[in-house]
Amino acid sequence: MELVQIDPYRWEIKKQGAMRVPARIYASADLIDSVKKDETFKQLVHVAQLPGILKAALGMPDIHWGYGFPIGGVAAFDCETGVISPGGVGYDINCGVRLAATRLTEKQVRPRLADLVNRLHREIPCGVGSTGGIRLSDREMKKLLQTGSRWAVSQGYGREADLEHTEDKGCMEDADPQTVSQRALDRGRNQLGTLGSGNHFLEIGVVDTVYDEDAASVFGLETGCVTLMLHTGSRGLGHQICDDFLASMARQPDIDGFVVPDRQLACAKITSSTGRRYYQAMACAANFAWANRQILMHNALEVFLSVLSISPADLAARLVYDVCHNIAKFETHRIDGETRRVCVHRKGATRSFPAGHPLVCEGYRKTGQPILIPGDMGSASYVLCGTDQAMEETFGSTCHGAGRVLSRNAAKKAAGGRSLSRELEDAGILVRWTGRSTLAEEMPEAYKDVSQVVAAVHGSGISNKVAKLRPMAVVKG
Amino acid sequence: MPYELMDHTADLGIRVTGNDIKELFAAAASAMFEQMTDLAGLKGEHQEKIEVSGRDQTDLMINWLRELLSFWTLNASLVKRVMIDELTPTHLIADIFYDRYSPGHHEMDTEIKAVTYHKASVAQTGTGWEATVIFDV
Repeated sequence: MELVQIDPYRWEIKKQGAMRVPARIYASADLIDSVKKDETFKQLVHVAQLPGILKAALGMPDIHWGYGFPIGGVAAFDCETGVISPGGVGYDINCGVRLAATRLTEKQVRPRLADLVNRLHREIPCGVGSTGGIRLSDREMKKLLQTGSRWAVSQGYGREADLEHTEDKGCMEDADPQTVSQRALDRGRNQLGTLGSGNHFLEIGVVDTVYDEDAASVFGLETGCVTLMLHTGSRGLGHQICDDFLASMARQPDIDGFVVPDRQLACAKITSSTGRRYYQAMACAANFAWANRQILMHNALEVFLSVLSISPADLAARLVYDVCHNIAKFETHRIDGETRRVCVHRKGATRSFPAGHPLVCEGYRKTGQPILIPGDMGSASYVLCGTDQAMEETFGSTCHGAGRVLSRNAAKKAAGGRSLSRELEDAGILVRWTGRSTLAEEMPEAYKDVSQVVAAVHGSGISNKVAKLRPMAVVKG
Repeated sequence: MPYELMDHTADLGIRVTGNDIKELFAAAASAMFEQMTDLAGLKGEHQEKIEVSGRDQTDLMINWLRELLSFWTLNASLVKRVMIDELTPTHLIADIFYDRYSPGHHEMDTEIKAVTYHKASVAQTGTGWEATVIFDV
């Protein structure tokens, strides 16, 4: 299996053996080296073998070893002959990132930063086994699964205007709660309004550098303004939906004579009843995740108002955008000069729609959609915007984050004997966490350098740099 | 405990061994909950009998761990130990001894969120049995 370099940011594994299409990876030579060691490329080659896959199995610069599909992967399928795969979306359906900008400056916030991060840590439920304060009847739960962010706004969390700045306006239309198991409903029910554990976080940051003045001004990002970013998804609900459908699809591993090379790649024809039902259940989890982020951001901003004793007008919080990075969607793309409706899987990859695209909200129609790329907690996060190049090459997709390089175990070893919180504090970053090993597992060295990942998507043209954010305080589950 | 952790970049894997297959299934259960909490801090006050089936031994192992994980994900309970009563290549019956999670009492470590099929295997070796499982965390 030979990896051929096409240009500084493009690599290809030619179609061979059972592959139906080639595999293409967007990365610099340094980033490619970091994934050569594990099974990432083999996984991408497996994806290239799936029925109905179009153009290429794609890897973003933050690609790393997942299960079944690699994380940082994109694959689009023909709606008639293709498949839909829970493993191609991931367990945390609609895991995503949400960013709000405020009018506050670092100078205003820094003196109260410890109070702010302590209160956020106390009031935003996070960590293993945490539950939220919202109790839902079956009827309300179903409404929430059908309407997503809009349900949250109707309950007083955030504003109507937030919907405009949420991917898909915070709601996938095909959600059908009938397709969601009782187990999944029960797992999700108490977790609304919770951050979760692992790599999920809340981060107070500041706009450090602006690369594209025009786009940054449209997104409401001025150098020096304080931001609030959060990363979470559909919690136990999404996990259970993924698990339920993987189990059900794994029982029928043969699709038109094709046997999946890895059980975790279990899939169903898009046109099959199981395939349709998975999509409808996945859409429910996506809507749950959007409502969850809508609620969390509202609650976190309330903490700002309370701790800083300021009015909403002083805070002037404005949602920049909310993106999802674990999803399958039906979208229209041009393939070999032909306009086709295809099913795009993005697992650890973000939509990167350009200026002028009809699905980009009106306010951002001239810039392209904002793309939110969190880095590790010690370095930086980026705001990018979508491009035409992404539409041409990657089904309108780009990277989603830094991507891990160390296993959790290796990170714990590397952190042994060090005071990570002190190291971060010395660098001006306050960190609060819940789980015993969270800080070690999530240490900065466990991740690739996000700046390199962003340089690769910018360099290859599949998105453009708009601004860099520097972390001031982080809450981890 | 007869298991070792495997390095997987994004997730957590275990390689478990047992002299016989019953021991292997019991060891896998303990290894999974040991990632989540200190088993010595559990009493196993409650008991429940469960039945699990699968297409083959590997599928059975995954379904077994899935079922055990649901004690945590659905009922906020932590499993101290299991007793396997019956085991065929496609079916098992076991008694599960568990405690209700109490935030002040039980310190939680890594939360396992799902049991994956990726690289899952159950196989006989020269000296006994070995299984590999990767968890989503």
